[in-house]
Amino acid sequence: MIDFVGKKQWFFLISAILIILGIISLAVFGLKWGVDFSSGTAITLQFEKEVDLAQLRQQLTDLGYDRATIQPTAEAEFFIRLQEISSEEYTQLKEGLEAGLATNITDSNLYTVSATIAMATVRNTVIAVVIASIGILLYISWAFRKMPKPIRWGTCAILALLHDLVIVIAIFSILGWVAGMEVDSLFVTGVLGVVGISVNNIVVVFDRIRENLKRGVSSDFGVVANCGIMESVGRSLNTGLATLFVIVALYLLGGATIHTLILALLVGITTGIYSSLCIAGQLLVVWEKGEWSALLPWAKRPA
Amino acid sequence: MKRGRTGLLIFIVVLFGLALWVVLPNQGILGRKGFTLGLDLQGGSRLVYSANLSEKDPSQTDAEALAGVKQTIERRVNAYGVSEATVRIMQNEQGSFIEVQLPGVKDIDEARKLVGRVAELDFREQVFNATGNTTWVVAKALGSDGQEKELTGKYFKPNAAVALNPNTNAPEVAFEWDAEGAVLFKNITTRNLNKPLGIFLDNELISAPTVQAVIEAKGIITGLETLQRAKTLAIQLNSGALEVPLTEIGRSDVGATLGADSLNKSRLAGIIGLAMIILFMIIYYRVTGLVACLALIVYAVLNLAIFKLIPVVLTLPGIAGFIVSIGMGVDGNVLVCERLKEELRRGSTLERAVEQSFRQSWSAIWDSNVTVFIACAVLLWLGTRTMFANPTVTGFATTLFIGVALSMFTQVVVTRAFLRTVVSVGLAKSPRAYGVSKT
Repeated sequence: MIDFVGKKQWFFLISAILIILGIISLAVFGLKWGVDFSSGTAITLQFEKEVDLAQLRQQLTDLGYDRATIQPTAEAEFFIRLQEISSEEYTQLKEGLEAGLATNITDSNLYTVSATIAMATVRNTVIAVVIASIGILLYISWAFRKMPKPIRWGTCAILALLHDLVIVIAIFSILGWVAGMEVDSLFVTGVLGVVGISVNNIVVVFDRIRENLKRGVSSDFGVVANCGIMESVGRSLNTGLATLFVIVALYLLGGATIHTLILALLVGITTGIYSSLCIAGQLLVVWEKGEWSALLPWAKRPA
Repeated sequence: MKRGRTGLLIFIVVLFGLALWVVLPNQGILGRKGFTLGLDLQGGSRLVYSANLSEKDPSQTDAEALAGVKQTIERRVNAYGVSEATVRIMQNEQGSFIEVQLPGVKDIDEARKLVGRVAELDFREQVFNATGNTTWVVAKALGSDGQEKELTGKYFKPNAAVALNPNTNAPEVAFEWDAEGAVLFKNITTRNLNKPLGIFLDNELISAPTVQAVIEAKGIITGLETLQRAKTLAIQLNSGALEVPLTEIGRSDVGATLGADSLNKSRLAGIIGLAMIILFMIIYYRVTGLVACLALIVYAVLNLAIFKLIPVVLTLPGIAGFIVSIGMGVDGNVLVCERLKEELRRGSTLERAVEQSFRQSWSAIWDSNVTVFIACAVLLWLGTRTMFANPTVTGFATTLFIGVALSMFTQVVVTRAFLRTVVSVGLAKSPRAYGVSKT
């Protein structure tokens, strides 16, 4: 039997390091906001024949778009991010590129969002995440109402959930800085998907702890919690693996359009497995037993 | 086998058969159609306008003006021949917005002109002002009720049509006046004989033909550069002018081939992912895994049938939501399988282990799925509040919600019925067949 609860200091330490690194990355680099949140124009252009990236960049500069970011997405296909441009400018841009690169544009996507919409989206997204968290806190507190202190179960679930969210957001901050990964409305969708899946995992573990508590497995809450976690390991890993199979397949084959959504789910599901087994139940033990010193990594480990 | 169980099994098989029949891409029989695909999969254009309600007719309420705009745009896109176009109104503290979705539209620039223009046509006469220059002033005349009225496109019969000038072959729009318009036009042409009469669209001069005779019944608008322009104008005249001016604040186009490409890619990814799950479940949980996978296939087909029947507009994020819900459906089965193993290890009989595993895993399945519902509900709410990101957010939430709800049903009904059948028929008796090593 693995002692998940006994090693809680180590888990808290690992998480603390990850979260601190994440917060530093967020503070230093922030997130690279996509069109949905910052307004602007995103274009995908598919050319008739292969186009040299440097040449495309030169052409865009000549057309006055010297601050465009360009990423190749497939063969003779590019993703271009610009400031907000009007439909007339878009037509001129396409015509200019066709003339300058001596090839035709066979297909194109355009996504342009004005500042009004972008601001509203940011605001509503923040509200949505807050409402979702409160709703889940209330539901879990209600679902565990027969436990002595139901609000503790809800709060610990939310803390473990926030842990996952911070890590997902931090990874996107790092990817934004390393690989130019942008945060768009699909990312938000992915994050809220993570909220659902992550709490799902935590609830399964809590459900086991609750059951063991009813059965009276031990008078020591730490032992009860550890039994519950142990019994959930198989389920958490297997479900996680099964979901990750599909997610990875979608990421590799599913096309660039939904990469942010899939990547958010990928990271979220992975940290979700970890937090449900190594963080959520342990937090509950700390609270139930009042072992607050366990949260401090430098505290003396109990014998 | 008990009779009730046989009945349930038959019910599941019939339901599965019906669902499969709905899903199979055999089109045209008894009105069956394909899946409703979103713009990101079939290509097309989505336009978001902000409505300038300060310029509405003061006698109208905001809601009336917006509803009028919506109807006018609907008439225009229908006349333009875009099938399945949708026009929606969204109102929040940021303002009032109109969203127009044009699936499969080819010439987006023309479609934008068609939809977004107010298209108010009026006739103006030249007047000399104090400095001796000429200016255009909207022509007014006494109507049949003795009141002075401005001559605008409002008095056209809704049968304006495109024609080609027999001499120059240039595109024109021919129109007819209604009774009131005829009275006004007769007065005005009488007054302006041998003088130019300006035709203005949204305050922009299109042409200024010289009045050569007193006319009352009909007229022709010339000076249109292209045939497409003439067609657009004819549609706009027949559909009426917009109640308030619109400003385009968001636009997204998806090319048809890029859309089809995304559809193929995600379909392939879904199939490969599903195959891997099935393989994994069977290797790890043996008989229970196999049963769970059969239930999973029933689940996937039922789910797709629901998408077709409602119909749910499938978008890329929507497909992702569906796939995540398959993952959650697997989760319920894994919970049951794990419990079954535990019960068998404790030495329960197979029958008892099956019943216990469902009973005990239910609270976890229910509680964990409710939290997913909460997240979905918030996403759907977010979808009504965000004008532009809307299809991505709602698409994911809708399919995830349907998928998770349905997965609870298949778990309790289908997986259980299958497992009971396997056990009672005595197909697999050894605990090893359920992934339990001898203890």
